[in-house]
Amino acid sequence: MSADLLLDCRGMLCPRPIIELGKHLAEVPVGGVIAVASDDVAAAVDVPAWARMREQEYLGAEPAEDGVPVYSVRRVS
Amino acid sequence: MTTYLDSASGEPLHPAAKTVLEQATEHGYADPRRLHGPARNARIMLDNAREATAQALGVRPDEVTFTPSGTHAVHLGVLGLLAGHARSGSLLAASAVEHASVMHAGRWHEARGGSFATLAVDPLGRVTEEPPAGTTVVAVQAANHEVGTVQPVASYGESAPLFLDACASAGRLPLPEGWAAAAASAHKWGGPAGVGVLLVRKGARWRNPFPGDDRVDERATGMENVAGALAAAAALQAMVAEQEDLAARQHALVDRLRAGVATIPDTDVVGDPDVRLPHLLTCSFLYVDGEAIVGELDRRGFSVASGSACTASALEPSHVLAAMGALTHGNVRISLGRETTADDVDRLLAALPDVVAGIREEAGL
Repeated sequence: MSADLLLDCRGMLCPRPIIELGKHLAEVPVGGVIAVASDDVAAAVDVPAWARMREQEYLGAEPAEDGVPVYSVRRVS
Repeated sequence: MTTYLDSASGEPLHPAAKTVLEQATEHGYADPRRLHGPARNARIMLDNAREATAQALGVRPDEVTFTPSGTHAVHLGVLGLLAGHARSGSLLAASAVEHASVMHAGRWHEARGGSFATLAVDPLGRVTEEPPAGTTVVAVQAANHEVGTVQPVASYGESAPLFLDACASAGRLPLPEGWAAAAASAHKWGGPAGVGVLLVRKGARWRNPFPGDDRVDERATGMENVAGALAAAAALQAMVAEQEDLAARQHALVDRLRAGVATIPDTDVVGDPDVRLPHLLTCSFLYVDGEAIVGELDRRGFSVASGSACTASALEPSHVLAAMGALTHGNVRISLGRETTADDVDRLLAALPDVVAGIREEAGL
């Protein structure tokens, strides 16, 4: 999945990766995709939960080349 | 002054238990198995504790065993049912939101060649998945210890022998029917710590999964905590006597809390709003660090728990919140004691928006 904006949050603990998503969502156009690479276990739950609460569309996770999951969210509003 | 809002971790000793604990500690020191006077005193106290506990929970006295903790009662209950049914299989199925003690028992069982499956829950935390075919024992809690949701226990006892973890609900809600074994924990109802209760239904196939002991009660290990058990029973009786009033009052206070925290922006209020434990509420604040909010509330005099990874003993976010798809960071669990007042709740609600906004501001949001 190609993202309009990819945030590298490797090594950061929750809620930091989610804070980065919140800070940078506005930089992606409506309909665009923001993604975050995070090796924090809480991100697997908290990225979809963030998308639900902020009424954005969670698209899923795919591993990056180094195996770290990259979570993608489509900006819908 | 501290406003203690963590009774789900440990309820303060019930006044009804205080004198009992003191006196029973003084007089109940002997080994109840012996044949002399002091032993007979201890035996009478232990029998009274068993009788009173059975009556309060609506079970038979010979179904009650006192254990050194609720956790140990859970381990004995889960693994003992599996041992009793070992000939028909070895598959344990448990809801994905069971207490860590059930999960640890499941992994222990798995490490010894058994199988362990978890059953999915809905976003309110209610178990919805059917146990797989061939399930030997199914474990479902009466109500969830973190989010309060009451489980549809009755339907699960039909498919396989049911282990019921009643640690979060005992004394607060009536014990559901349909279990083969169950567990409860005294310090969660205002008894002393160090007293758990294992219930095994008359006729249920239960076998000691551990080395066992030579007590009068075949399910007990080591000398009973006689004074603790008697004080626990006194607290439980008192809690059950005031159950309806207390539950109604606490339920209304938690309604008020739920409505209040829901007005804070970007807050995930978790668990079933109605069919729940009367005394607890869990919510997660987006972009908020769990350790920071627990620390800031503590600084302001409020003691609350958290299931966020940075505050949890396991360094992983709460498996309960994760199974529900609830936000795991910025999490607090607020649980009311029997003396918590509307004023306590209102002061917390007055403080929270400021605490949350302050932490978000520091994070740059």
